[in-house]
Amino acid sequence: MSTIESKDTTLPIYTAKDFTTDQDVRWCPGCGDYAALAAVRKALPGVNTRKEDFVFVSGIGCAARFPYYVDTYGMHSIHGRALAVATGVKCANPELEVCVVSGDGDLLSIGGNHTIHTMRRNVDLTIMLLNNKIYGLTKGQYSPTSEQGKVSPTSPAGSIDFPVNPIAIAVASGCTFIARSIDVDMKGMDEIYKRGIAHKGTSFIEVYQDCNIFNHKAWFYASQKDTMPENTIKVEHGKPLIFGSEHNKGIRFNNGKPEIVNIGKNGITESDLIIHDETNMFLANMYSQMAHPEFPEPIGVLHADPSKPTYNELLQNQLDEAKSKANSKQLDLQALVTGNESWEVK
Amino acid sequence: MTTHQPIEKTSAVLDSVVIRFCGDSGDGMQLTGGQFTETSAIFGNDFATFPDFPAEIRAPKGTTFGVSGFQLQFSSEDIFTPGDRVNAMIAMNPAGLKVNIDDVEPGGIIIVNEDEFTKGNLSKCGYPAGYNPLDDEIINAKYTLVKVPMSRLTKDSLADSGMGAKDINRCRNMFALGIVYWLYERPIDQTIKYLNNKFATKKNLPEVAEINIQALKAGYYFGETSELFPSRYRVPPAKQEPGIYRQISGNEATVLGLVTASQKANKPIVYASYPITPASSVIQGLSNLKRFGIKTIQSEDEIAAICTAIGASFAGDIGVTGTSGPGLALKGEAMGLALMLELPLVIVDVQRAGPATGLPTKTEQADLLQAMFGRHCESPLIIVAPRSPSDCFNMAIEAVRLSVKYMCPVIYLSDGYIANGAEPWKVPDVNQIPEITITHPTIADIGEDGFRPYERDPQTLARRWAIPGTPGLEHRVGSLEKEDETGNVSYDPDNHDKMVRLRAEKVARVAESIPLLEIDGDPTGDVLVLGWGGTYGSITTAVHQLRVKGHKVSSAHLQYLNPFPSNTEEVLRSFKKIIIPEINLGQLSFLIRAKFLIETHGINIVKGQPFKVETLAERIEEVIES
Repeated sequence: MSTIESKDTTLPIYTAKDFTTDQDVRWCPGCGDYAALAAVRKALPGVNTRKEDFVFVSGIGCAARFPYYVDTYGMHSIHGRALAVATGVKCANPELEVCVVSGDGDLLSIGGNHTIHTMRRNVDLTIMLLNNKIYGLTKGQYSPTSEQGKVSPTSPAGSIDFPVNPIAIAVASGCTFIARSIDVDMKGMDEIYKRGIAHKGTSFIEVYQDCNIFNHKAWFYASQKDTMPENTIKVEHGKPLIFGSEHNKGIRFNNGKPEIVNIGKNGITESDLIIHDETNMFLANMYSQMAHPEFPEPIGVLHADPSKPTYNELLQNQLDEAKSKANSKQLDLQALVTGNESWEVK
Repeated sequence: MTTHQPIEKTSAVLDSVVIRFCGDSGDGMQLTGGQFTETSAIFGNDFATFPDFPAEIRAPKGTTFGVSGFQLQFSSEDIFTPGDRVNAMIAMNPAGLKVNIDDVEPGGIIIVNEDEFTKGNLSKCGYPAGYNPLDDEIINAKYTLVKVPMSRLTKDSLADSGMGAKDINRCRNMFALGIVYWLYERPIDQTIKYLNNKFATKKNLPEVAEINIQALKAGYYFGETSELFPSRYRVPPAKQEPGIYRQISGNEATVLGLVTASQKANKPIVYASYPITPASSVIQGLSNLKRFGIKTIQSEDEIAAICTAIGASFAGDIGVTGTSGPGLALKGEAMGLALMLELPLVIVDVQRAGPATGLPTKTEQADLLQAMFGRHCESPLIIVAPRSPSDCFNMAIEAVRLSVKYMCPVIYLSDGYIANGAEPWKVPDVNQIPEITITHPTIADIGEDGFRPYERDPQTLARRWAIPGTPGLEHRVGSLEKEDETGNVSYDPDNHDKMVRLRAEKVARVAESIPLLEIDGDPTGDVLVLGWGGTYGSITTAVHQLRVKGHKVSSAHLQYLNPFPSNTEEVLRSFKKIIIPEINLGQLSFLIRAKFLIETHGINIVKGQPFKVETLAERIEEVIES
């Protein structure tokens, strides 16, 4: 680790501009991806890592163009495979800061398998899921997060697919950092992203992202000034679950289930409310099931458990241990190639 | 049969012998065959083995589809195959006998465990009611049938051991091995050492080691005292070049080749793979070699495996993935990515019989066209193919060397036959193996226009391998078409045409870095037998036999399939007839015809089995005479 420390002492002072490439950004004007890109460029100077040590990996889709616009090392791979590629990058060189940015089709449909397995292995990656609930690049077909009944070019009579729940998948896969943000909330996204990168293990950040061409307003119930306070709830570690434009609503347990209550009514006080505990996976599970319109949707760091070792760390440890335990004969290539059962012909 | 000869029999000296052990897949036939091989190797014979087992791990006991076999030829001369006709077979049950008896030569020895030839077992493997092959007059007349009550004798010999019936029963294979050791005058010490190490040292079961050793000895002494055999046989050691030798299977050699390449390149290998027969033993072997810096990753699927290997190469390690044909199909798109990214990558394909799940444990060489063309659009890759178990060592190193030199994926086409088969191998001096030189650019290499990741070496056309963590060379690569030199995304039509040609030209230029195609026999003539991959042993043996018979026939064997060695056309045009035997329906023929407009005569047998030399020689002769 000393090499990293010595590198850090001479870390240049970066600005967002240092993470901006000379390539023209080719997203549609008004796309929510711009906000995510801006937030990432803004966050990167603050995470104490040299720009050459970042690798951005993506799959295919609108969101997957992301690496071309961030002036670090990057790879725009193939559809669905970003996490598998990123796993290889991180395992080869664990000192790199590996970030994946991709969309709902990429991470939850064609690449869904890799999402589950990357999370369960706890590879030290930061995943940003730009969820716009639609297939943008192929022009508007419903996606695995689209609501049932979605009318789209491939579902003119309404989609008969029920949507997948990204946070629930993360919980089920044992993801060690689970967060949610909204494209319009630059400040929130910046903070969450920094924490996601700092987290050792798989960080999964779902971003509600507006596709203003094919699925405009899909998130407006949560992203607008007048809707956000009522339909979302910002969770903060150690603080009670409070929301509402008047800051007067809360969530408490009733018979093991969350229930919306009004603070100050029927004798309800803040002390009756659930206190957010990032380390509590049971709460994360509950958050994954809190959905509009029944509940406000939780925003923020829903779960963070730094205690689980990372895959790349364990892999490296096994290598180091094998090396340190081996005697000189075991480390000799000639002895390996010759094997233990050789014979001599004279 | 009966004999009345004294115990001190004289030995008949033979040049070579083919024996086959067969029985239930739970009977330990692979282990038994492996032990006989090890002993013969140390004795100094040349040998070649052919393990042949079902895909089912424990098929219902006693059925024909649960039969596991292990064949080996051991010889006092140079041999290249495990042999066609079996001289001696050990059948542990009726199903083994039924499945294998037709491969035994007339007059050949068949040793059976007669205790297993019960009514129930005979009916399980489909013999008609009331029929017992051991009583069949034709069989008794045709073969030297030796009936040994192995189960009972094993039990009796271990009666005082205090061990349970199950443990005792499992020693029958050692009893059988003891008989065969006696018959072929082999020492039993090697196997005693093995049993002690396996059971006593590693598993801490000294009592299990002891009963196995006792059964082995009991079998040996039974051979000596029973007078069941007319003679013992001796196969003297082969005349081999002086040196240190070991036994090696193809997958073992692939593992050692990859580790050696990693050491020679001074770079870690990341081997990502999803278990699949017959490639699994490669990842298993490598995962025991972490001390050499080998990182193995058991991925969630075939696609993840290749993508993880690609990620590792991007980060500066050597990414390798391994699979068999079905997995290669799944990796198709990602191979295209790797060639578009122009990164090193080795894809090990241990071919098996297919399509679909096919015959997972059986061999075939029918992935050649998939390796050539199994990707969308213009996507040529380098293809190499080892020709024997030990050649896997050299070709694995070649695959890595070419991949990093040309910044291009390499498909390595092994097959189930050479992967599992073993032969003696003169161990190379690793110091004599050339280093694999790799350089990564640094900030000092940036030209006036900044860093251009797709600038190429003028000779090899390889782009530069700049790795993350290098200050000043930050760049993006991707699956979209790139502008020449800068690597930026480009939709320009002329640029695309140029890049397609550059990628093809780069692979074509690999011909400058590979050895010429060698001819075994006269350099010109009437007939050339051309092969590739794992059929080398059969083809070479068949052609040598035909030459002894007086035919003018040469052979050549391709280890490089794309590109072909630069003299390939010249070699082919030096002969009037080109015969191409393949375990497929003519895939190399297709490529040769397409590339050189040369007529070829295919010999194509697709049975999931290696070629029999006899069949091959007959078929070649037919073409010669046609």
